[in-house]
Amino acid sequence: METLIQAAYLIAAALFILGLKQMSSPVTARRGILWAGAGMVLATLATFMSPQILDSDQVSINIILILIAIALGGGYAWYSGKKVAMTDMPQMIAMYNGMGGGAAAAIAAVELIKASNEAAHDVTGSATVADMLGADVAVLGILGAIIGTISFSGSIIAWAKLDGRLNRSKLLPMQHIINALLAIVTVGFAVAIYFTNSIDTIIIFYLLALVLGIFITVPVGGADMPVIISLFNALTGLAVGFEGYVLGNAAMIIAGIVVGSAGSLLTQLMAKAMNRSVANVFFAGVGTDAAAASGDGIEGVMKEIQAQDAGILMSFASQVVIIPGYGMAVAQAQHKIWELTQILTEKGVNVKFAIHPVAGRMPGHMNVLLAEAGVPYDMIYDMEDINADFKNTTVALVIGANDVVNPSAKSDSSSPLFGMPILDAIDSDNVIVIKRGRGTGFSGVENPLFFADNTKMLFGDGQKAASELIQAVKEL
Amino acid sequence: MIEGLAAIYIFMLAGFTGYEIISKVPVILHTPLMSGSNFVHGIVLVGAMVALGIAETTTQQIIGFIAVLLGAGNAVGGYVVTERMLEMFRPSDKKTKGEDS
Repeated sequence: METLIQAAYLIAAALFILGLKQMSSPVTARRGILWAGAGMVLATLATFMSPQILDSDQVSINIILILIAIALGGGYAWYSGKKVAMTDMPQMIAMYNGMGGGAAAAIAAVELIKASNEAAHDVTGSATVADMLGADVAVLGILGAIIGTISFSGSIIAWAKLDGRLNRSKLLPMQHIINALLAIVTVGFAVAIYFTNSIDTIIIFYLLALVLGIFITVPVGGADMPVIISLFNALTGLAVGFEGYVLGNAAMIIAGIVVGSAGSLLTQLMAKAMNRSVANVFFAGVGTDAAAASGDGIEGVMKEIQAQDAGILMSFASQVVIIPGYGMAVAQAQHKIWELTQILTEKGVNVKFAIHPVAGRMPGHMNVLLAEAGVPYDMIYDMEDINADFKNTTVALVIGANDVVNPSAKSDSSSPLFGMPILDAIDSDNVIVIKRGRGTGFSGVENPLFFADNTKMLFGDGQKAASELIQAVKEL
Repeated sequence: MIEGLAAIYIFMLAGFTGYEIISKVPVILHTPLMSGSNFVHGIVLVGAMVALGIAETTTQQIIGFIAVLLGAGNAVGGYVVTERMLEMFRPSDKKTKGEDS
């Protein structure tokens, strides 16, 4: 039986890796999640056969508890996952990720409490947790506990912030110093668990780690949240891998560590795409205080255009590149934009979508939102692929985006955006910007693109403006 | 069962595998992939089941119950949202066929 279970875990681990591999291409991505899902079902079913569980004194009650917990946790997640709007996806991922971290921390808690009980009743009278578990298991178990707990409470804060339930960016003065002290004390208690057999130490340790996760996440700005979520995702993976070692479970070790390393790389890629370092995300006051800088000395005036004229311009264009930003999703204009795209395509216009790596709330989020509206992924281009193509573009239509097309990121070294890679919309013959008002973007930086000679502003709500454009194009 | 050097080998190879998988991913799939990897560490459910399964005291049963609850949430939720996102990624030929009719 044991061999069969181990074989099932091995197959599950292989399915996870193959599934993730397939998820890295849009053509096979759908199949990838199905494979990974099959692996999860297989591993879960195999675990019910586990002799560890079946030989327990309380086997019947424990199995019933397991079934109830799966039904409750799984049922809630199934319902919330089916219901959540695509725009709210980032915080939902944060929530599920936090649950995984919490589960890993709870596994560690069971093992540590068990070991500390055994140690306290040991005949020598001075046995420690480390004596009971062995040094390697104790160290990795405690490490997994601290990482999992931070990921748990941190992810919940990330969820609350993205969901608009928590707007504070600061809890206390000198937050960073307090965080550092708190981290040191938490590690101190972690070490104490290793060398003692006290339950109280374990309880205080978990409380400290919970608070630490909260304190670390609260000061992080909204724009940097994706990086934090991705980091917590990687951390949960690590914690799962470590607890897998504690339980001697190969599937957990492999899946956890694969996610840990993949998540770390993904975190770096995201931070790079946003022109921030991971350290920066944690220790700098974010975006908000950059607002005052720059912006003066932009020459020219904004030129307005009516939807009618914009429609004509686009109908007779050879190529239109649409640059959507999160503002488009907020206005729920993506369906209208897709309708517009279809009409233009029928008229023989070559339409492309250009996506900046940080469009939406996390890299790739905008693609999901466009996909939801029905835009096929082969019309969607990454920044690197489309930037050279703007020179051959008649009209670049910017909707709900601002900072990602701000040319001062390239030209003005005093700009807070300086150094961030941008979409070179300014290179096209005409730029039409759909915008609600004349204000600045998310970062608070003035955008010289709006004042450029080839730029025309179409003021109005994204959805309404898109409808007017459709009307204008249809009438021709 | 899995000890010492063998564990280090597993850690190392799994680390390389994860790095290798992600390094070739187009930006358009970052969000679904983060969600997908989020689902994969839902395997913690298996460990949580063992932790609850071998629980001896009420305290251990309570904590184990929480572990399974959270682990199941991670696995199921991760799967549902990833599947929903990836289901929407379609190439254009299918779409155009649909519109012509």
